[in-house]
Amino acid sequence: MELVECKNLCKTFDEKQILENINLTIPRGKIIGLLGKNGTGKTTLIKLLNDLLTPTSGEVLINGKKPGVESKKIISYLPERTYLDKTMKVSQVITFFEEFYDNFNKEKAIKLLKDLNLELNQRISQMSKGMQEKLQLILVMSRDAELYILDEPLGGVDPATRDYILDTILTNFNEGASVIISTHLIADIERILDEVIFIDKGKIYLASPADELRSKENASIDEIFRRCFKC
Amino acid sequence: MDYNFDNERPIYIQLVEKIRIEIVSGKLKKGQKIPSVRELALMMKVNPNTMQKALVELENEKLIYTERTNGKYVTEDEKLIERVKSELAKEKIENYINSMNSIGISFDEAIKYLQELGDKLKNKHN
Repeated sequence: MELVECKNLCKTFDEKQILENINLTIPRGKIIGLLGKNGTGKTTLIKLLNDLLTPTSGEVLINGKKPGVESKKIISYLPERTYLDKTMKVSQVITFFEEFYDNFNKEKAIKLLKDLNLELNQRISQMSKGMQEKLQLILVMSRDAELYILDEPLGGVDPATRDYILDTILTNFNEGASVIISTHLIADIERILDEVIFIDKGKIYLASPADELRSKENASIDEIFRRCFKC
Repeated sequence: MDYNFDNERPIYIQLVEKIRIEIVSGKLKKGQKIPSVRELALMMKVNPNTMQKALVELENEKLIYTERTNGKYVTEDEKLIERVKSELAKEKIENYINSMNSIGISFDEAIKYLQELGDKLKNKHN
C-alpha cells in the first residue's frame, strides 16, 4: 500500500479551481520536493494531505485510508506559519508535544535544541523569527513519523542554518519514512531530493526522479524550474 | 572526500567519481570495509537512496563488493584498481591537452611545457 495516494483530486474555493485532477503517489523512504511558484496550489495540496481541507472531488488516501485521526498520528507537519503559543517557554512547548504525540522523541528534541543553541527556558515571544522557525522544525523532526510534510522550511533562516536544517532532515528521517518539502528555494535543497514534483496552476506539470531529470536536461533542478516557469 | 556537488549532473554519478578516486588514490585501501550506506550518506550530506545507487554502480564496476550480511568492502583486485587509475590518468591528461589547446598551445608545445615545468613543480610538491 502506498504511503500517500491522490486520485483525481480537485479543490475549488468560490468557483476558483485551485487544484485540478491531481494524481499522485508518494512511496515510502523518499525525499520529495514539491516545487512551484507562489500561488500554484502547493499549500492547498499539503493542507488536503493533513485533513485541514476537504477535497471538492477526488480523494486523498494515507496508508489506504482517508485522512483523519490515524493519519495525523503518522504525519508530522510543519506549516508555513507557526502556531505555537508565544507566551510559552521552549521547555513548556517540549512538554506539550510530549503529552500530545505518542511518537515525540524528547531526547532528540533536546539534542537538536542544544545543537542550534536554543535555550530551554527562553520564551518564544523573545525569540527572533528565524529562531522560532528553527524551534518549530525541531519539534516536527523530533517525532518518529512515517511522513514529514514541511511547508517552506527554509524561508526565514540564514544559509548556514539552512545547511543545518538539511542535515537535520537527512539525519532524522528514519528508514521507511518519507519527507515532502515544499519550497521555492530549490538550489538549496535539490541535492537531497529523490524526486521532484513541479506544480503549476493547480496541476502537476512534471514528476520525475531528480537525477534522471538532471541527466535528461543537463541542468540543475533549479535551472530546469526557471526554464519551465519563466515569467 | 569533499562534499561539493555540481547540481547540473546527477548526484549519484558524482558520488561514484568521488569514491572511485578514494579507492585509486589508496585513501580507501583494498579490502577495507566501507561504512554503511547511511553513514556514508551523512558523511557526504546526501540522500541515503542516492548513496545506495552510487554503491550499486561501484559494485557493478567491481570496485567494491558485498560480503553477505557483513557489509561492503573495497575490492582486493589490484589489477582492476590499476586499470581504473590509468583510465583516470588518461582522462586528466586529455583535459590538460585540451585546455592547453584552448589557449592556443599545440600538443607538442604542451608536452614541452610539462617537461620544462616538471622539475620546478616536483620540488614544490615534495
